[in-house]
Amino acid sequence: MSHESTYRPGSFVERWLDKRLPLVRLAHDSFVDFPTPKNLNYWWTFGGILSIFLVIQIITGVVLAMHYTPHVTMAFDSVEHIMRDVNYGWLMRYMHSNGASMFFIAVYVHMFRGLYYGSYKEPREMLWILGVVIFVLMMATAFMGYVLPWGQMSFWGATVITNLFSAVPVIGDSIVQLLWGGPSVDNPTLNRFYSLHYLLPFAIFGVVILHIWALHIPGNNNPTGVEVKTKKDTLPFHPYYTVKDGFAIVAFLVLFAAFVFFNPDALGHPDNYKEANPLSTPAHIVPEWYFLPFYAMLRAITFDFFFISSKLGGVIVMFSSIIVLFFLPWLDTSKVRSMRYRPVSQLWFLIFVVASVALGYLGGKPAEGTYVVLAQIATAYYFAFFLIILPLLGLLEKPKPLPKSISESVLKKPDLSSANAASE
Amino acid sequence: MERMKIRCTLIIAALVFASSAPAIAAGGKTTPAIHNHWHFDGPFGTYDKDALQRGYQVYKTICASCHSMKQVSFRNLGQKGGPFYLAECPAGVPESVDCSNSNENPIVKAIAGEYQVEDGPDDTGDMFMRAGLPSDRFPNPFANDEQSRFANNGAFPPDLSLIVKARHHGPDYIYSLLTGFEDEPATVTVAPGQYYNPYFTGDMSQLLKPEFLNEEGHPLHGVEIPPGGVLAMAPPLFDGIIDYADEATPETVEQYARDVSEFLTWASEPKMEARKKLGIMSLAYLLILTGILYWSYKEIWSKADH
Repeated sequence: MSHESTYRPGSFVERWLDKRLPLVRLAHDSFVDFPTPKNLNYWWTFGGILSIFLVIQIITGVVLAMHYTPHVTMAFDSVEHIMRDVNYGWLMRYMHSNGASMFFIAVYVHMFRGLYYGSYKEPREMLWILGVVIFVLMMATAFMGYVLPWGQMSFWGATVITNLFSAVPVIGDSIVQLLWGGPSVDNPTLNRFYSLHYLLPFAIFGVVILHIWALHIPGNNNPTGVEVKTKKDTLPFHPYYTVKDGFAIVAFLVLFAAFVFFNPDALGHPDNYKEANPLSTPAHIVPEWYFLPFYAMLRAITFDFFFISSKLGGVIVMFSSIIVLFFLPWLDTSKVRSMRYRPVSQLWFLIFVVASVALGYLGGKPAEGTYVVLAQIATAYYFAFFLIILPLLGLLEKPKPLPKSISESVLKKPDLSSANAASE
Repeated sequence: MERMKIRCTLIIAALVFASSAPAIAAGGKTTPAIHNHWHFDGPFGTYDKDALQRGYQVYKTICASCHSMKQVSFRNLGQKGGPFYLAECPAGVPESVDCSNSNENPIVKAIAGEYQVEDGPDDTGDMFMRAGLPSDRFPNPFANDEQSRFANNGAFPPDLSLIVKARHHGPDYIYSLLTGFEDEPATVTVAPGQYYNPYFTGDMSQLLKPEFLNEEGHPLHGVEIPPGGVLAMAPPLFDGIIDYADEATPETVEQYARDVSEFLTWASEPKMEARKKLGIMSLAYLLILTGILYWSYKEIWSKADH
């Protein structure tokens, strides 16, 4: 929430700077004395985790770029050169590849949290929309990054995904040629992907700043969804949330380290340790795990729909699954933010989580038989959740009584939970 | 134009695989790899140096006659975690030599020196052959891929530098493949120059004898399609084919396969020991820091009214 600045420049330098460029004041008001709801739970720590991983990815990425060669005949060998000959190159490379996975784990938790607690609702629509923009940029960056080692999955993943654009009527082939920089996935493709893979993280960084700005105008949402009313509802960000986020970040780094040091290839695919070969197609082309839910939706459309071919249909469905997120603030009609007080919605939300995880599983399976049917059901549910269930629930559901304020919910917790239990 | 056509066909093929993935894409089933316990398993696992040395001997005597290992240099053999790393020089080596430096390691120098490597051009513009140096890569047994394919009945022996990381269950798979060659089942015909292996990925349904197929070319009722596939590599190992210097180690196919799998795992991931060592320290550091931060969190929040 916007608040009066409590910054008092102490030293001469600070006073001098404050008149000219109040950077220290900005930092103080944003990250030291920022009034933060006192009831944020651990689901709220993933924003901090994400910002740390953006920094880890950029630093390791910049170092890798110093040793990597973006050329089809040298890219694969240059990655092996990093792994074998560059001092701690293996560490940089494994941190970067596993860091991408950790980044996506954290972003998915962050998004599900926003969904459950209604963090996208008025007045936080811009905050949510900027978050979806970051997510789209992350996916583009990760996809192009996976192409750079120029292994078999790099090459064939790039081939399959870029080819999707050929389904676009009229201009499809031109788009594909633009993406490739020629008649096929080849050196120009690798070069432009490398260039964009280096560029986009800085675009993400910029949008993250806007995201935090848009967070600091209305202030944090909180598990009750009830807005901050008095100073009693809040605590200063520092030290209360710096220490809580700090703890969560380091705990998450333990998971990260477990992968980097003891199972660095667990989240990758063995085929990417084979150099790209345009003449040999892998038996199964699968994207990285974090794309599997969307891949499953793409392949779930196995039927033509009037004049829309199954291929174009799959592409439309896949892109729509993300586009629909932009409209979420207006699709959810409920006046109550947090699903903590929406018992019926909780159930539908739980099914949504199960459907999303199921799509991830199905995306890694061959598109045949029961797998396709299940993917179709899960895809249908995914869209129904946003387009039918959420709009209707807001109108039909009778929410539980909300606490009067955050501090009431925090301080009277035992009473409230027993009251809830009785009402159920 | 012809090349474009091929590419377009390939792309379409890829799309078919990706978007509709017919059953044939996966080929037949393979026998799951035999699960071994390896010296390098687990967070504290290291390479068994003796096994690496024996594995190198198997690689050099058998594998290297067809397979390249182009990412690996001789000097890697003498680096920490490698088969011939020396922390201290053996007796008789001058004091000025630092044997822990793989470029000065006398064993590595001797191994490299056994090879002839093309270098140049010299001052007159000619290429010349010289003895190998630790800084040289392992030479390819063939001049190029075409020659390699031609010499091996049209089948290309894959590079071994990353073979363990490029296969599911890498070391177990290599071990299983090397020990798994057997006579083909009676229901299939295997062409000369091809060898049946139940661990190899392939499609045995294509090799069923005609008498086991119905008129439409499908297997008759009750005829099982054997697991695995056929490959152009003949069984490379036989009992006693290599003499180990250490008398206590059995000279069996299983032992050779185990040793060479260990060696190839090292070739794929030569920095594993450094990685795990740093990992233990990092994890210890992070866990302690997590504890301290948790305590700080509890301490700071105990003062808040919540």
